[in-house]
This record gives sequence, C-alpha cells and structure tokens, in this order.
Amino acid sequence: MKKITAILSLIMISALISACNGGGGSRTSIVVAGSTSVQPYAEFLAEEYEKLYPGQHAEISGGGSSVGINAVESGVADIGMSSRSLKDYELDFWSTVIAKDGLAIIINPGNPITNLTREQICAIYSAEITNWSELGGEDRKIHVMAREEGSGTRSQFAELVMGNIRITPKAIVQNSNGAIKQLVASDLSSIGFISLGVVDETVKAIEIDGVPASIANVRNGTYALYRSFLFITKEKPEGMTKDFIDFVLSDAGKELLINEGLIP
Amino acid sequence: MKKFKENLPGHIFLLLALSSISALALITGFIVVRGAPIITDVGLKDFAFGMSWAPSLEEYGIFPMIIGTVAVSLGAALIGVPIGICCSIFLSEFAPPFITAIFRPAIQLLAGIPSVVYGFWGLIFIVPFIRDYLGGPGLSILAASIILAIMILPTVISISEVSLLALPKQYKEGALALGLTHWQTIRIVMLPAAKSGIVAAVILGIGRAIGETMAVIMIVGNAVAMPESILDPVRTLTTNIGIEMGYATGVHQEALFATGIVLFIVIMILNATAQYIVSSGKQARGKERQKS
Repeated sequence: MKKITAILSLIMISALISACNGGGGSRTSIVVAGSTSVQPYAEFLAEEYEKLYPGQHAEISGGGSSVGINAVESGVADIGMSSRSLKDYELDFWSTVIAKDGLAIIINPGNPITNLTREQICAIYSAEITNWSELGGEDRKIHVMAREEGSGTRSQFAELVMGNIRITPKAIVQNSNGAIKQLVASDLSSIGFISLGVVDETVKAIEIDGVPASIANVRNGTYALYRSFLFITKEKPEGMTKDFIDFVLSDAGKELLINEGLIP
Repeated sequence: MKKFKENLPGHIFLLLALSSISALALITGFIVVRGAPIITDVGLKDFAFGMSWAPSLEEYGIFPMIIGTVAVSLGAALIGVPIGICCSIFLSEFAPPFITAIFRPAIQLLAGIPSVVYGFWGLIFIVPFIRDYLGGPGLSILAASIILAIMILPTVISISEVSLLALPKQYKEGALALGLTHWQTIRIVMLPAAKSGIVAAVILGIGRAIGETMAVIMIVGNAVAMPESILDPVRTLTTNIGIEMGYATGVHQEALFATGIVLFIVIMILNATAQYIVSSGKQARGKERQKS
C-alpha cells in the first residue's frame, strides 16, 4: 500500500519535472529514488553534477531501498539507490557499487576498552552484558545508545552485528548520527554506533575482532562492519542516466564522496 | 439582493471561520483514516496495552510510551504547578507594580522561547548534571520533567493569575474587614474561590506537557521500555512519532498515525475536563452572586 503511494508520488514528481522541462529534445532530467541512507550523498552529487552540466537536473527522492528498486522496475525512476545487496529475484537489474560506508562502534575516549568482538557487542546490545567490568573495563553500568526503528544505520547494525537477536528495548534511542556521537562524547559509560564517515576525535571508534575501524581496512575487506551503496538501473544505462553515473564513478565524483566520509 | 449585500461581511466571516473548523476536521479525519486500520488489525487491546514496540518485527505495543507520557507529564506538573501557583499569587497579591511590570513580560517571554532551545539547554546542562550527581544515563524522566516544568510555567502562571485577579473585590475586602490577615485571606478565601481557574491552569499546563515533542526528544532518551525509576529513559507518545516519522513507511507509518490518535484522545479528554471545570466554576460563582 505504502509502496503504491511512494510510487504514485514519484510519478507526480516526474510528471512535474517533465512539465517544467516543457518536453522535446533530448532528456535533461532524471529521477533517482531509493535508500534514505544514500539520499543525502546523491543529493550532494546531483548538486555538483548540475553545476558541471548546467540545464540538466537529477531529482533525488527517498522512500527506502525497496521502493527505489520497485520504482526502477516500473520505470518511474531512472536510477534506484540501494543500501542493501540485491535479492535473488532482483539480479536482472544492472547495478554498480558507488561507495562503501563503514559502521563504527564508538565509546567515550575516557573508556579504557579498545577492542571488542562482534559477539561481545551483540551481548551488550541484547543487554546480556550490562557492566563494563564484564569486558575488562571499569565498574560502570553500560549506557547503550541506538538509532531509531527504520533508520538505515540501525538496520545495517542489526544485520551485521545482531543477526536474529533483538536490540534491547532499554537502549536509548536518538534519531541522528550527530546526536549519538554527541551523547557518547559526553558520557563515559556509553556505547553507540554511527557511520564511519562522521567519526571524529570526540569519540573513540573501537577495534572489531582486533581490526581498527578505518577507511583502509574497509577497502581491503578486513574490517567487517560495512555496507555497499548501489545504483541500480533497469537496462544498461545510457543518455543522461549514463552521464550521471559516470560522473559519480569519475575521479571528481569519488573525491566528493571521500570528502563526505564514504569509501568509493 | 439588498439583504444579501448587507449580510455580505457576515457571510465572508462565516466562510473564514469555517476554514479553521474544516482544518480541524481534515486533520482529525486524516489521522483516523491512516491510523485506524492498524488499530483494528492489531486489536485495540494489544496496541494500547502491548509491551513491545518493534515495527521491524511487526510488534506494535505502545503501553510503555503511555506510561512514559504519564510519568513525564506528572513529573512536570509536580515541579511546575507549585512554582507556577506561588508565582501567580505573588504577582496578583504581593508584588509591587514595578516588579509586576518586569515579571509579567518576562514570563510571557518564557513562552516564546522555541522548544528546541529548551531541549538543547536541557541536553547541555540538565542531562550531564543528572548523570554526574544522581546517576543513570542522564537522559531520563527527571530531565524531561524539569524542562517541561519550566515550559508549562507561563500557562500555569498566567491563567491562575487571571483567575485570582478576576475574583470580586468584595471577597478580599470582606475577609480583611472580618480581621483575617492578608495570607489568611488568600488561603481561606481567594484560593478556594479561584479554584476552578487554577485547576484549569494546571490541566492546560499538563496538556502542554503531553503535547511537547522537540524538547522532549532531545532529553528523554526515547527507550521503549518500562521505567524503573525517574532516572530511567522513557519514550513518550509524541517523541515516538517525532523520532520515527523520518524513515517510517507502510504499516510502521500507520502505527505512528495510530499513536497520534491515542495522543489526540488523551489531549481532548484533558481539554474537555478543563473547560468543564472552568464553566462549572463560573456557574457556581454566578449563583452565589444572584443570592447576594
């Protein structure tokens, strides 16, 4: 039902755009829809793309990975954004990885812990371990911080760390990377997870299974907590769709993504 | 035709008045249409009294949030109402005019501070204070209650002050003439006489506390679990909508609208109670006046 509304709104958006362009001639606008995790980066890329190619327009909208893939299938969107890998029945689509996004597990810099295994993190988030002393730290109750239901970062964390185990309902919930980071920076007993791109010196990203959280380690595959951002099209891309994807994959596009904290 | 022309302003005003009413009808209708299906699917009992909220696992129980809302609002009332009523007594009975001239606009200014500023201030000052000196994560019922107590002060103070000032002069003069001290007059005569207005002020203040979202999101912790103490984080009905609406789709979104329905009902009951108390107070006073 919701998908239908989302697709309908996409149709309206695209109708609006084509009306604005007045039709005729080669296409000067495309619709990019899908994952809300990819959306901010895509908007940023589209802005730069439009500066480079005046008169062309890429309309970015959210809805979620599945909505984006459905929109590509029905032809409403030219490019679908996905922050999950394609499912078996979606494999006929053309797709390319535009970037990888690492997930950092962060604690307060004043906390002596430096390394945790994925099992330990899972135990913390399922409230099986509730005191830092159980992990070799100081005797303090762990304050668990999580993102809200529906957030891409939360589902990424759930998929990569928790598996089928549920995040404890006692976890404090904040609705942005920034809020989690700010709280962890001010609370000695806290633990949180944020996108690797937004980690700074106010918090400490811990090693997972002995591997430090770094862009290099995501790139060489040793750091386990990352996901891929995909661009998906129905057919092999051509025309403006191809131009936009080429721009994203070009050195200029890569540099923009690196500046935004992603890993091309 | 001439008559129609004469009545034209009336018709125009009617039309404009209708537009505000229709906005209410539209919003109510929309929330009910979008939220009702999930309540009937899940069942009212499981929705309102369910203990687990996990939309990704299709569990939609909002009982911990109802408790959270009640706890936070009651806390705000416990802190804010005594301060507010005392302040209104001070302003209407004790304060010299030049102090009233400073206090009254200052309190109105308190109502003009955006809620996000209250939330930010709470996050920077109150939350670390609670964490360092009282324990827990700081984000808690207590933090939200303190901030909300400050936020409801303007409502509580101005409505109780108005109801104290609206009392007939004879009440006070008669009591003083009978030899009561100023404080006795306030305690024995004026406060009971202004009771309906003060109770309404309290209820409207609580209504404001229940409806507040932005400030609460920032400091209440939003954990969907039953609190065990006032230092535990909770989630309120408003923050549930505020924190999850960004990414919610499908049934999840419907569940947020359904949360809105519950919130709507709670606030309507409160407002109706406040209006009933005010009007019954007025009637009682009117009868007394007729007798004398």
